[in-house]
Amino acid sequence: MTWETVIGLETHVELATRTKIFCSCTTEFGGAPNTHCCPVCTGMPGTLPVLNEKVLEFAVKAGLALDGEITHHCKFDRKNYFYPDLPKAYQVSQLYLPIVRNGKVPIRTQSGTEKIIRIHELHMEEDAGKLVHDPWLDQTRCDYNRCGVPLIEIVTEPDFRTAEEVIAYLEKLRSTLQYLGVSDCKMQEGSLRCDVNLSVRPAGSAQLGTRTEMKNLNSFKAIARAIAYESRRQVELIEEGKRVVQETRRWDDNKDATFAMRSKENAQDYRYFPEPDIPPLEITQEYLDHIRKELPEMAEHKLIRYQAEFGLPLYDAQMLTGQKALADFFEACAALGSDPKQVSNWIMGPLMGQLSAKGLEAKDMALSPATLARLISLVKAGQLNRNTAVKVFEAVFDQDGDVDTYISAHGLAQVNDPDALAAAVEKVFSANPQSIEDFRSGKEKAFGFLVGQVMRELRGKANPQAVNQAIRDKLNS
Amino acid sequence: MELYELTALELGAALKKGQTSPAEVLAAAQARIAAWQPRNNAFITLPPPAAPQGDSPLAGVPMALKDNICTKDVKTSCASMILGDFAPPYDATVVERLTAAGAVSMGKLNMDEFAMGSTSETSFYGPTRNPWDPDRVPGGSSGGAAAAVAAGEIWYAIGSDTGGSIRQPAAYCGVTGMKPTYGTVSRYGLIAYASSLDQMGPIARSAADCAAVLDLIQGKDPRDGTSLEGQYGTLLSSLTGDVKGLKVGIPADCFGDGLDEEVRRAVLSVAELLKSRGATVEEFSLPVMEYVVPTYYIIACAEASSNLSRFDGVKYGWRAAGYEDLTDLYQRTRTEGFGSEVKRRILLGSFVLSAGYYDAYYKKALQGKAVIKDIYDAAFRKYDVLLTPVSPSTAPKLGESLSDPLKMYLSDIYTVPLNLAGLPGISIPCGFDSKGLPIGAQLIGPALGDGTILNAAHAFQLETDFHKKIPTGKGGSVL
Repeated sequence: MTWETVIGLETHVELATRTKIFCSCTTEFGGAPNTHCCPVCTGMPGTLPVLNEKVLEFAVKAGLALDGEITHHCKFDRKNYFYPDLPKAYQVSQLYLPIVRNGKVPIRTQSGTEKIIRIHELHMEEDAGKLVHDPWLDQTRCDYNRCGVPLIEIVTEPDFRTAEEVIAYLEKLRSTLQYLGVSDCKMQEGSLRCDVNLSVRPAGSAQLGTRTEMKNLNSFKAIARAIAYESRRQVELIEEGKRVVQETRRWDDNKDATFAMRSKENAQDYRYFPEPDIPPLEITQEYLDHIRKELPEMAEHKLIRYQAEFGLPLYDAQMLTGQKALADFFEACAALGSDPKQVSNWIMGPLMGQLSAKGLEAKDMALSPATLARLISLVKAGQLNRNTAVKVFEAVFDQDGDVDTYISAHGLAQVNDPDALAAAVEKVFSANPQSIEDFRSGKEKAFGFLVGQVMRELRGKANPQAVNQAIRDKLNS
Repeated sequence: MELYELTALELGAALKKGQTSPAEVLAAAQARIAAWQPRNNAFITLPPPAAPQGDSPLAGVPMALKDNICTKDVKTSCASMILGDFAPPYDATVVERLTAAGAVSMGKLNMDEFAMGSTSETSFYGPTRNPWDPDRVPGGSSGGAAAAVAAGEIWYAIGSDTGGSIRQPAAYCGVTGMKPTYGTVSRYGLIAYASSLDQMGPIARSAADCAAVLDLIQGKDPRDGTSLEGQYGTLLSSLTGDVKGLKVGIPADCFGDGLDEEVRRAVLSVAELLKSRGATVEEFSLPVMEYVVPTYYIIACAEASSNLSRFDGVKYGWRAAGYEDLTDLYQRTRTEGFGSEVKRRILLGSFVLSAGYYDAYYKKALQGKAVIKDIYDAAFRKYDVLLTPVSPSTAPKLGESLSDPLKMYLSDIYTVPLNLAGLPGISIPCGFDSKGLPIGAQLIGPALGDGTILNAAHAFQLETDFHKKIPTGKGGSVL
């Protein structure tokens, strides 16, 4: 029998607001334990939550970008459960009236499948703290720094059939949220976390099988492997005549397997009810119109525009729009008057080379668009040859150093003095009569040797076209 | 005349005129507290008072706070064992505002544990007793507040009212207590019982004193999202005592079975007096009374079950000894740390929110709340104020109520609908029964009609002196 895997995702995304959802503590990642908290986010008796309006704005932006319906009368609810990382013993979340419903995310997989993933809902909630176990003292300690960091949870319908579709969706989601500036979506810092709901059924069946929920998936690679493992595990169970148990399972990256955490059959009762401390939110049409106007241009639109407006090939446009930081950098250089195709070549070549060599994200690099634009203009003006320019680029990349200072400090300006060039050619020709003979007898290779010698004579700073031309002129004379 | 016989405003004025000194006033308060505390147990904590800073008509006037209001570095217990010696790291907004107005806090007042009760008997720190008769309860949950003001230990107190907890003890102790419109006083720093119903307010001798206190504490607070924008600070200056043309509605449903005859007569005398000053009085029907108590207890207990979950022995307060694991820590701490009335309400609240019961109880109660509000709104299209009793009877004896919790819950019938509808209500002394116990009448206003009911209460107090009576402390078995 052939089996079909059915997958739905619940993705938690930390919002990139400066302060927490209900207080003015910083949301900065890390920090010594319990240094980013106050009476409100640690749930001290008598404190009250006041909604950070940026959280609502970011959630609405995300909802609009995911093509969802915004709930005009929206409320928060309390989800009650006891755990030491949750100091109020309830999480402020949204159950009954989430801010966004019925979104759509079009995806395109590597192998070319195109489909629409339906978003069931997107809601706002607060993050919990973290428990740190000290094995030396055999004690568990609470760090409340993360308490109250704003999250959105994005829940899809069970629309995925393969891991490839899941990854394509997550990449699309990450790019969209980064474009909006609502999250940095760093999986390694936990600002994008994904739970996978998975079931299997005979291919062609309309009925859903019993699903399990997988947690602790810390990378796209882990997600793909967990999906493969869990599909196989469920198919094997069914083929052995056993039953899949509805439960939460933890992915173990080292063991490459999932393990049961808790069964849904004796699941907790969260006793949700409307949060009385936060008045219902009335989202007006004016507010929505205002947010819609503030939405940045998204990747799909840029992709088309880069080809039309800048005449870039599709491949270039795809590469540049793949990350918002690169697209922003590209547009800034173009706005400074640099030739768009030149900028694109520089970004896809030396710039991405530096990023991967340094293990950097584009959005974290120091290099400014003005620096690259200056380099491009020096090359165009013939004041710097391309090879030297790449060396300068590499030298200034880390600190966004000044191009002109570096060039003059290292004497790298291109030699365009015709007398100096003529003198160098003269010198090389008289020193290498054999090469001139070789060239004249049809050995093209000798030409390159002569060029190299002249360049060496001019310490690499000559304009290569001018050198070529001077040697040809000399040979033909 | 002794200083304790003055109202808060009179004492504030005497201080301003130099007729008395801050030291003299402080000594008078301390002497009264020293004499009364052993008899009525109104205070839980008596820290050394700080010198007043800031100015207002009440600057320098000694007052006190119910012990569910957070005070920086001063023990705040909710009269519960579970909070242990918890001292909050911050002041409630109300405390900040009063401090800036020159208030002198004498300490923290006894109450029913977590404000759950109508008698102040459920306190971990022992019951408070009624200054008019120490065998009787002072009412609750702000029993310490009402008893301390009645006994002249302090000139005013801040209490909290979730279902009558300011108004009912004010009535039992013969003082004036007001629950303002929901949202007009910031709840930041009030340890929550039922967030959608809780509201802080003053207990004092007179309506004018209450107006003066509200002028200091009302107003939008950026730390409380449910606090309201509005015009504040003009309640005292707009007290004229003029009630000509005021339309007073008397809901017949509040004067039927179960109401003590002496209470009924005293409350209706308020209508007569207002009428004699030019108000019109009319009886009408308010067909909600049978729904208010069940609606109230479902909503209040549901919210309480969630609000009180944070008291788990992990972060502050008391932690049980000898636990085996995390679940055991939670269970032992909460089993030992909460009193039985609190546990009863947590269980009730957890039940009505649990899967399969939510729709039948909690959701229905929310619908009931909306209906109750609509019916009151309709009444206020016809009347400016409503007049009802505060409680069906005067103060019962200690131990009488706790044996029959259902009866105790039902006695909240006149006060709880205001919390459900978010309306302001004031309890004013309107007489004494044949046992010499004070009787309270309740004036109810529409939302933000705080000034209207204060003015009606003020008009009544201009012509009566029930609110000026002070217990002598004689008689009763413990004295």
